[in-house]
Amino acid sequence: MRDFLLLLADNTQILGHRLGEWCGHGPELEIDMAMTNLALDLVGQSRNYYQYLAELEGKGRTEDDLAYLRDAREFRNCLLVEQPNGDFARTVARNFLFDSWHFFFLQALCNSNDERLAAIAAKSLKEVTYHLRWSSEWVIRLGDGTEESHRRIQDAFDHLWTYRGELLTPAPFETEAASAGYGVDLHSIKPLTEDKLADILYQATLRRPEDGWMQSGGKTGRHSEHLGYLLAEMQYVQRAYPNSVW
Amino acid sequence: MSTQVSLEERFQARIDAEQKIEPKDWMPEAYRKTLIRQISQHAHSEVVGMLPEGNWITRAPSLRRKVALLAKVQDEAGHGLYLYSAAETLGISREELYNELLSGKAKYSSIFNYPTLTWADMGAVGWLVDGAAIMNQVALCKCSYGPYARAMVRVCKEESFHQRQGFEILLTLSKGTPEQRAMCQDAINRWWWPSMMMFGPNDSDSPHSAQSMRWKIKRYSNDTLRQKFVDMAAEQIRVLNMTLPDPDLRWNEERGHYDFGPIDWNEFNEVLKGNGPCNRERLAARRKAWEEGAWVREAAMAHAAKRQQQSVQSH
Repeated sequence: MRDFLLLLADNTQILGHRLGEWCGHGPELEIDMAMTNLALDLVGQSRNYYQYLAELEGKGRTEDDLAYLRDAREFRNCLLVEQPNGDFARTVARNFLFDSWHFFFLQALCNSNDERLAAIAAKSLKEVTYHLRWSSEWVIRLGDGTEESHRRIQDAFDHLWTYRGELLTPAPFETEAASAGYGVDLHSIKPLTEDKLADILYQATLRRPEDGWMQSGGKTGRHSEHLGYLLAEMQYVQRAYPNSVW
Repeated sequence: MSTQVSLEERFQARIDAEQKIEPKDWMPEAYRKTLIRQISQHAHSEVVGMLPEGNWITRAPSLRRKVALLAKVQDEAGHGLYLYSAAETLGISREELYNELLSGKAKYSSIFNYPTLTWADMGAVGWLVDGAAIMNQVALCKCSYGPYARAMVRVCKEESFHQRQGFEILLTLSKGTPEQRAMCQDAINRWWWPSMMMFGPNDSDSPHSAQSMRWKIKRYSNDTLRQKFVDMAAEQIRVLNMTLPDPDLRWNEERGHYDFGPIDWNEFNEVLKGNGPCNRERLAARRKAWEEGAWVREAAMAHAAKRQQQSVQSH
């Protein structure tokens, strides 16, 4: 249960953090506000998971201890979400790849035999329905916009494709979670995310990249170099002034 | 000529009778220009103001603070939007206004040209900068121009929430470790005088004030609002158990107000001229976001045009 909860918490925390980096720097005010909304939702979702885990542990740790006082090797998020924002196309592609998995994952998680998890999933699903719509619409707009935007979003998908496999490949703790009934069988959601992907890429006039070698390791704590820098920034105040209340 | 005079007289009579002026009403060109200048400066201030606080989003020290700060900076973007819309009712486009900001022609509040150096700055900015802004904005809720006054009502509700949030950040630090207390005092020291300058020059040196007061765009003088701000802060600082960096600050029984020391207008003028610590960085950040977003905005328009064409063809 611990690793499974950390996977959910860290995925949403790290992606929310990345989206927060855009705040104040978006291509226009409305987009800036929309990305901040996504960040707010995701960080909010991560807090629900961290809080639940802290309660289950019963060691007096808090959500902040879990977010700020673990090192990169203990983070369980997928490699995809820690990838840098890049240009707006890279951010949109990263979010769409995540959302088109996250949405179906949460739908399935609503049937978890763990009531608390099912409740968090149901609440998150409302938000993620909007996230998926937002990123889908932007994939279509950029794909079927100008030559430049088409090239940029296609490049973004080509670049990020290698991180997609990990979303759908269960780590041992996920397999265990699925068979115990509180997790999600990733094989069952695979066709749904594939259909969504195919539909949106088609509408966006984009080419589906070849399924080559897929990177993995995030779920077991073997991350890209990017995560260390992200955490150095995110955890700095907590680490520099230990045992303080903020 | 006589019609013009009577139009102006009628306009002033409506203002004197506390009636709101609406976008389609006749108004003197100078009134329109003054409002465009003021509302757009205000909008630009919101949008530039996202940067010093955005600076701490990725380093917010707890998840609760991170969420609150994200929401706050997002509110500022929202305020920018309401204000650009209010300015647009006066017959100028957001793009034109934005270009004036990026070219350096339009001004924004100088306060945002100061750096946010520690987490405590998020508290000090909320308490002092938002606190000073509210003094001005509450007054603007009664401004004679309807769309501006109404935008301000919404803005004020959110701003007063931000100010309480800022104070609460400082309060938490003031009860914390010695390092946190030092951080808190240091932030107050750095933000106090720049916040005092937010009210603008002394009344005797304020060129636009008299006409704006007559038009009821401005309801209180700079010095009146500044005094109100000092009176508020001088009381609240005691709750924090910190000090304001002004040796001359003391209660004046006779006036019923706090006295305070002289403001360094030389610094104010230098920041206004572009020599503040962050003037260049702030403008550069706004330009970078705008230029790097150009292809995104073009793509959105191109796509919308394609969609429109498709729907025309299918009908």
